[in-house]
Amino acid sequence: MLQLECPNCGVTAEETEFAQGGEAHLTRRGPEASEQEFHDYLFAKENPRGVHFERWRHVNGCGKWFHVARCTATLEIFGTYSAQTLEPPREIRDRISKKRPGWSWREFA
Amino acid sequence: MKRYSAFAIAREALRHHTGWERAWTSPEPRQRYDVVIIGGGGHGLATAYYLGKNFGITNVAVLEKGWIGGGNTGRNTTIIRSNYLQDPSAAIYEKSRGLFETLSQDINFNLMFSPRGVMMLAQTQHEVRGYTRTAHANALQGVDTEFIGPQRVKELCPIMNIEGPRYPVLGALWQPRAGTGRHDALVWGFARACSDMGMDIIQNCEVTGIHSEDGEVSGVSTTRGDIACDKLGIVVAGHSGRLAEMAGFRLPIESVALQALVSEPIKPCMDVVVMANTVHGYMSQSDKGEMVIGGGADGFNNYTQRGSFHHIEETVRALCETFPVINRLKMLRQWGGIVDMTGDRSPILSKTPLGNCFINCGWGTGGWKATPGSGWGFAELMVRGYSPLTAAFGLERFREGRFIDESVAAGVAH
Repeated sequence: MLQLECPNCGVTAEETEFAQGGEAHLTRRGPEASEQEFHDYLFAKENPRGVHFERWRHVNGCGKWFHVARCTATLEIFGTYSAQTLEPPREIRDRISKKRPGWSWREFA
Repeated sequence: MKRYSAFAIAREALRHHTGWERAWTSPEPRQRYDVVIIGGGGHGLATAYYLGKNFGITNVAVLEKGWIGGGNTGRNTTIIRSNYLQDPSAAIYEKSRGLFETLSQDINFNLMFSPRGVMMLAQTQHEVRGYTRTAHANALQGVDTEFIGPQRVKELCPIMNIEGPRYPVLGALWQPRAGTGRHDALVWGFARACSDMGMDIIQNCEVTGIHSEDGEVSGVSTTRGDIACDKLGIVVAGHSGRLAEMAGFRLPIESVALQALVSEPIKPCMDVVVMANTVHGYMSQSDKGEMVIGGGADGFNNYTQRGSFHHIEETVRALCETFPVINRLKMLRQWGGIVDMTGDRSPILSKTPLGNCFINCGWGTGGWKATPGSGWGFAELMVRGYSPLTAAFGLERFREGRFIDESVAAGVAH
């Protein structure tokens, strides 16, 4: 059972109060996108065994979206942060580096 | 290979069981094989078996990271059925179910295939319409199913409460030739049959890299040395994404944990398999008497082989409503398996961007029942480059938008 803290309303709750909404930091391209880019946006997933960034929604709470940094191999939560950002904050990346030296996820490390 | 038979048991009984031989050999890997299959689970071994049986290709190695029967093969709920809506799914699952009927004789290993019948309950008007449609589709596909009314459901499964206040049973999709089988016997039987044909079953051998030359696969690196091959089949379920990364392409797959549990053994009380999709649970009784219960998948990526407790709670709560007789049962064991879910919940049996490298994955929550059919089709694809069974399950269908929209899988919502 995951315990998540919603950065929007500050509530810490069990996973039954939240719903996962897929990978974080996807690039949403415009009408000029190629078929391959659109395919990758829809289907090509990172699906890592280890450090992962994903979108969650506080469904049974404030209803707002946020991001979670999590390890899929141990279910450890590295931190949650606002969805209004294009990349994971430095503070969370540093925290992951301490626990998982040499990690990388897409272009982030 | 010495055949297993009633006479063999009598013979061995007279000489204190000293004459049994190992079911399959454990050779050191050779430098080169015609075909290397990564993954010694059901689908990998089935592929190797049909490469030998249907095409006479026996210079084959099956590489397994752990041991035979130690992965998802031993983690499913052993249900075999083929009542799917879409034609490509019905074709491959019905092929598989048909193969199960004589497979024990073919590989001389008792799979305990028990065509006891599977019913999928309709507990809302929406499901009544959906399953009626599936029954019509199955009639056209040559799959023997029918939509039955609530009284027939009660006759077939007397312990069920069909008058539940919230979700009364309005009928069911009934497949009389579906049922259960012994899951680890399938891999043991295939491994024994493959070994008998001269193939190498190599356990404790993890693949660490995939080599290519001029866009074609040339071999693999493993923890037991480099192995060269002409053709490579990747059949590793939950870890497909990592192998695909080694081969240089990406997959439309996400890995999640799916759970199951069994109760303490009780006297026989239920001789059919019942699936209840609206209330999210399914149940059958094993030959040992345990009630085998399948639950839902977690909603997030997970590689830990254990799921969230609230899913068990939801499943058990629903089943207690449907089968009031089980509400005092103690649960003995609970486990999780990592399932590889694709975008349309249908599997991938396909060529890959790397030449002569093929992939069989994405079975999600519904792989066990398809094992022989999947091996049959995938072996044909690897040899001929085309198989009517696998043609619709190509990797390119995601780019081309030709989805096979099916809640393949446990029949439980994902």
